[in-house]
This record gives sequence, structure tokens and C-alpha cells, in this order.
Amino acid sequence: MLRLSCFLRKLLSDVKIPLYIIAMDVLGAMQAAIGLMVTFDPQFLQIVGLSLRVTLTAVLLAALIGLPVGAWLALSRFRGRAALIVLINGLMGLPPVVAGLFVFLLLSRSGPLGPLGLLFTPTAMVVAQTILVLPIVIALTRGTLEELWQEYREHLTSLGLTGWRAVPTLLWDGRFALATGLLAGFGRASAEVGAVLIVGGNIAGYTRTMTTTIALETSKGDLPLALGLGLVLMALTLAINAAGYAASRIGARFAG
Amino acid sequence: MHGMPSILPLRVENLVLEREGRRLLDAVSFILPAGGITALIGPNGAGKSLTLRLCHGLIRPEGGSVAWSTGDGRIAGRPRHAMVFQRPVMLRRSVRANLVHALEALSFERAATRADTALARFGLSDLAERPARLLSGGEQQRLAIARAWALEPDLLMLDEPTAHLDPGATRQIEGIIAGLAGEGMTILMTTHDLGQVRRLADRVLFLHAGRLREDAPAARFFQAPASPEARAFLAGDLLW
Repeated sequence: MLRLSCFLRKLLSDVKIPLYIIAMDVLGAMQAAIGLMVTFDPQFLQIVGLSLRVTLTAVLLAALIGLPVGAWLALSRFRGRAALIVLINGLMGLPPVVAGLFVFLLLSRSGPLGPLGLLFTPTAMVVAQTILVLPIVIALTRGTLEELWQEYREHLTSLGLTGWRAVPTLLWDGRFALATGLLAGFGRASAEVGAVLIVGGNIAGYTRTMTTTIALETSKGDLPLALGLGLVLMALTLAINAAGYAASRIGARFAG
Repeated sequence: MHGMPSILPLRVENLVLEREGRRLLDAVSFILPAGGITALIGPNGAGKSLTLRLCHGLIRPEGGSVAWSTGDGRIAGRPRHAMVFQRPVMLRRSVRANLVHALEALSFERAATRADTALARFGLSDLAERPARLLSGGEQQRLAIARAWALEPDLLMLDEPTAHLDPGATRQIEGIIAGLAGEGMTILMTTHDLGQVRRLADRVLFLHAGRLREDAPAARFFQAPASPEARAFLAGDLLW
């Protein structure tokens, strides 16, 4: 702690900016940020809108792919299943920059999907974020449905609902846990910067999201926009957590 | 039930079940005609629940056969034997939704009507919108029986239907079982409670160590058990 404050003091004295000026700067920036938000600044709204559109699309795609795959993984037994589960659980911690790099190689002009011309488009960002969210959805669906199946197996078998026919029941009865998982996926995708930066290119007015803008504007020293977007991101995170908490509370009521 | 096609009698022949080299059921044979309450009794591990599960088709035997008068136990494509498990499986939904879910073979309107009939029949109408898992043990068991009843089975199998219930709920469930039998539904149930067997059963199948030791009308079983194992069991001497 001591070393850190020494370091900061040295840094500040080196760049010759007194502390109170930085504090003033932050306060002014905060005011400007709130101004951007309450006046519905078009550039600001465009950035927030693109971020939400990319992330929501990615979560939707991940759910469409991940729920069935997770269900299949929960109910099937085959050689290598355990290894696959470990791999998917591990991919939940995939660093966003690595996912970005992977999609970049895939979509770059000399890559296998290069001819599609998708690099540095919102579509590329959706693909990268889907890859980030997918392992979370699959792993959570697998775990939730496997547990439910253990409990429901005899009853559902008795009703003739085995294999694929059991899946709708299990998905519905796992709805609250699955909703929490999708929210976690949304949280991960909306907060990450590495993947969208690499495959989106942070092009103003086209592929610039909240996180990439914050990174860019902070390094440029334009704090109001960065702070305003930071506030929106924080509010979003809070809202996601509130929704997740509500889902688990309602779920607990039905789970008895 | 009379005059209508039925999957009964059920013919169980020479059932053999083995797990990890142990023979859990050995040459179990009996015929179950339509009507009445048959109690499968015996000490823990005798194979009572396994016999029910085999009859219901949840597990496959290593040998022997379970044959219904219609072959596969179905009429018009729908299974006509239902089972209530020792720990009722309550879906994470309302009481009514638990009933409707079991009736998914029917059209939505018919399932809803049938569910309402079942709710009224088993005194669950007031609880219809409650989450099923928040019901008391007795109410859950009643819902489980209502759910099986709603499937209109010829044969209802109950695995220890009152094992976890207090005396009041036990009496209620026993009343329900007797009522169902009175309406012509055939009952095959396991139980640990000899008093319950005396109160309910018309016929006793006594299993011991995976073998069917005795198959007798309930009155005769209690008055004059034929096998030494049954005599010891009734006397309360533990058997293994």
C-alpha cells in the first residue's frame, strides 16, 4: 500500500499535475457525462445501442445453440463425455482477447471465412461474443438438467418422457437457474473489451461499443464520454444482478 | 371398468433380476387379475419396490417376463398402468400444472378438464395454483395419486404410499386407496405397515430375499401363514 502511494506521488510529481486539478477534472468530467446521458446525445446513444444490440444478439444465439447442446450433454452417455464437460467448463474462463484472436484469424482476409468480408463488422463482434457466452450456457444447462433428470427420471420415464421427450420438461423446470445463467452470460459479454476490440476494430459510428470507447477515450484523456458510458455499464451490471437475484428468489419458491 | 377392455390380468413369470452379481429377484411369478388391493410385503431388501418397477417397465429383468393381456400394457397407444413413487416427484410448477403435464398425450382442453376433475376428486382444488413442492407431505402424496389417477389406469401401483406420512395423512391416503379400489381400479402396493395390510389388502404377496414365499388371501395370510419365513415376519423376528 505504502509503495503504491509512493509510486502515485512520484508519478504525479513527474507529470507535474497537482492532485486537486485531477480531482477538479474528474468532477467536471462527471458533470459532462451526466449531461451526455440526460440530453440523449446521439453519439452516446448510438454507442450504447450498438453494445446492447451486439450483446443481446450474442446471448440469444448462445441460448439457441447452448440450451439444446447442454441438454444433449446432460442426458447422453458416451466415451469422452467427461473430457468434453471439463473442456467446456474450462472454456467458461476463456480470455476474451483469445476468443477475439480466434475469430480474427477465422475472418481475416486469408482466413477460412475471409471471403465473407465480416471482419470489423458488428456481425464479427456478435460471433466473438457468442463464443464467449456459449460455454457458460452449455455448462449451466448441462449441470441444471442433469440434476433435474436425476430427480425426475423415474416419474418422466413412467410417463414415457425419455430422451429428447424429457428435454422440454427439464428446460422449463430449470427455467430460473437457466435465466440466471443467461444473465451471467450477458454480464460477461457486455463487460468484455478484448474480443470486440480485435474483431470490431473500434470504428467510430460503426463498431464502437461502450467498453472499447471507454478504453479509447480514457487513453485520449476525453473523460466525460468514458465516464458516462462507465456509468451506463455499471447500471447495466446492477440491473443484471438484480434480475438474477429476482430469478433465483422466484425459482426458490417453486423449488420448495 | 366392467365390459371395457383392460390390460389385466397381468402375468408375471419367473422374474430374475441381478445387480453386480447379486440375485435380487429369483423366479418371481404371480398373476394379477382385475380388481382388489394386493399388498406386496416383506422385509427391507426383499425386492418389493423392484418388483413394482419391473411390472411398470422402469427396469428390465435378466430373465422372465411381464405380460399384460394386451401385450404391452397399452390400450389405444396409451399405457394403462401408472405408478406412484415412494418419494413423490413434484415438478417445479403449480399443483394444476403438475397434473396437466402428466396428461400431455391429451389435447390441451381435455387435459385441463381432466386436471380439474382430478383436483376436485382429491380435494386439491383450493391448492391448484400453489407451487407443488410447497405442499405438505400428505398433500404431495395426494397430488401424486391424483396425477396417476388422471391417467385412467386399469392398474395403479403404489410404492410405500404412506411411508413418510403422519397418522392423519396416512388415514387419508388409505381412505383414498380404498375408494379407488371401490371404484374398480386394481391396486398393487408395497408397504411396511402390517396394520395397513390388514385394513386394506385383499391379497398378500410375501417376498423374502428375492423370492415369492407366499401368495394368499390377506385373511388367510394373517391367520395361517404357510411358510416359516412369513410366520417369523408376522411375529416381528427380523429376517435377512
